[in-house]
Amino acid sequence: MKKLAETMRNTKSWTKLLLLVLTYVIIQLLILFGIIQDFQQITLTTICINIILAVSLNLITGFTGQFSLGHAGFMSIGAYTCALITMRMPTIPGFILGLVAGAVAAAVVGILVGLPTLRLRGDYLAIATLGMSEIIRIVFLNLNITNGAAGLSGIPQFVNWPWLFVFTAGTILLIVNFLKSSHGRACISIREDEIAAEAMGINTTKYKVTAFAIGAFCAGIAGALYASYFFFIKPTTFNFQKSVDVLVMVVLGGMGSVSGSVLAAILLALISTFLQSFSELRMVIYSLILIIIMIFRPQGLMGSKELSLSMLSKLGSKFSFRKGRV
Amino acid sequence: MEQFLHQIINGISLGSIYALVALGYTMVYGIIKLINFAHCDIYMIGAYVGYFCMTFLGIGFVPSLLAAMAVCTVLGVTIEKIAYKPLRNATRIAVLITAIGVSLFLEYGTMFFVKAQVRSYPPLTGLLAKTLQLGNISVPMLQVLILAITIILMLLLQFVVNKTKIGKAMRAVSMDQDAAELMGINVDTTISFTFALGSALAGAAGILVGVYYNSINPLMGVLPGLKSFVAAVFGGIGIIPGAMIGGYIIGIVEVLISGYINSMYRDAFVFAILILILILKPAGLLGKNTREKV
Repeated sequence: MKKLAETMRNTKSWTKLLLLVLTYVIIQLLILFGIIQDFQQITLTTICINIILAVSLNLITGFTGQFSLGHAGFMSIGAYTCALITMRMPTIPGFILGLVAGAVAAAVVGILVGLPTLRLRGDYLAIATLGMSEIIRIVFLNLNITNGAAGLSGIPQFVNWPWLFVFTAGTILLIVNFLKSSHGRACISIREDEIAAEAMGINTTKYKVTAFAIGAFCAGIAGALYASYFFFIKPTTFNFQKSVDVLVMVVLGGMGSVSGSVLAAILLALISTFLQSFSELRMVIYSLILIIIMIFRPQGLMGSKELSLSMLSKLGSKFSFRKGRV
Repeated sequence: MEQFLHQIINGISLGSIYALVALGYTMVYGIIKLINFAHCDIYMIGAYVGYFCMTFLGIGFVPSLLAAMAVCTVLGVTIEKIAYKPLRNATRIAVLITAIGVSLFLEYGTMFFVKAQVRSYPPLTGLLAKTLQLGNISVPMLQVLILAITIILMLLLQFVVNKTKIGKAMRAVSMDQDAAELMGINVDTTISFTFALGSALAGAAGILVGVYYNSINPLMGVLPGLKSFVAAVFGGIGIIPGAMIGGYIIGIVEVLISGYINSMYRDAFVFAILILILILKPAGLLGKNTREKV
């Protein structure tokens, strides 16, 4: 019996791996045969970066319950660090160094900011993180090395689909596995009831800061990928609007659902591609989505459920059962 | 010394505007524990209403001020009824996200209709264009006017909150919503009234900032809104005199920093003050520390 369960678990993880590889190969083939062209590749990149941002913010806001409005700040640290390093070392190792340095710098800032501010709750934390990301933006706006408001241009471009795939899949795997660990369960218990979690002996500050640091780390990666793909960054790219964009994805997908965030990131990237020439209309639609979802379905598209293989097969068997009866 | 006095006067003008906006934040937070992100956009709408009244209708400053306040009152109450009332029993994060949604909707909806370009107010005429000579410093009448209007509005607000029946209801609801309801207070009306008061003040601040800085755009509310919120937190959120004091302090600090240190960093300083206050004394300057109940 035990053996059977083990084999089942093994097949499940094998199928997952297979699906991942399949996604990679299919899109790689589409790019090779020229079906996904440069224009669609921009959307593809936006989707991947959005997924990384949304999943990592979901860890902070959806799973740990700490409302952060400063994700763009962490993203900008990753972007600027990576850009500054790759512009001096325009090689692949230079890019990897920049990416890692960017992510680590974002995580370090996350810890430094998180330690004092995570004592605050709910909307105070939201305002403090918002203030923090504004401070980061103003600093980048005024430093000489970041070229002020004009921003950095001519960043060497290294990012292509394999890189994007590795980091997007890597972020999702990192966060899903973190959530399955005892650390992840501690984070979820903080969301459910902080006082009760504390009473059970969970060091709430430690886990909140951990979640914050992992979220910031991933946002740093996203920023580095952004800088390297679009080879141009300026402080206004990472303003309050960007943080809200990410928040919309998390809320739309469902706070506490990784697959929901992924779906919402894809959906919103597609919507904004279609509405590219009407940027005001895009924001009006975004804001209406936010309001309507909060009033009618505050748990988001997926709630806290996950899209999983067993769910799909259940759905499949339901349909085949119906067919059989007819 | 003269320059310093000038800076202080500029700071008081700016602080008056922050204080007016902060009052709206603090009252709404006091009564339903919501950071009303849309408040700063009501202030922006106030500036636009004033602009249209003065440019296209050609009416004077005071009627425009009243018109802006009236439109903002209606807008504030409508937003409360449509967006926040259905969420009375939802989680606080849900309401906060709705508020962000409403804020974006107002900003980009306005941008869609009036376009993103910066517009400037018509030049002031008559008494308002003159300057007042106090010893050897000259103060533009405009700054005197801003201070006077702010003080009048604050006194009116104090009167409404402390002396009238609806003001008593507001104080009761902010203290304990359920108990107030049991005492026969209509909570919904009281909350709507709070939004109306706050929005009217924001509308007044909007038109004042329009004539003071002479340029308006659909995103003008974002930064002043955040700084006014900082002012409200600084003074102790939910406390009306706290918001006034906070507004003036933030205004003066901002002007002094841009005058004597570096104007590019003034916003960063204001947010740094916010983070320091939140860490050192989260209840604010006039707030009392409350113990958390399980």
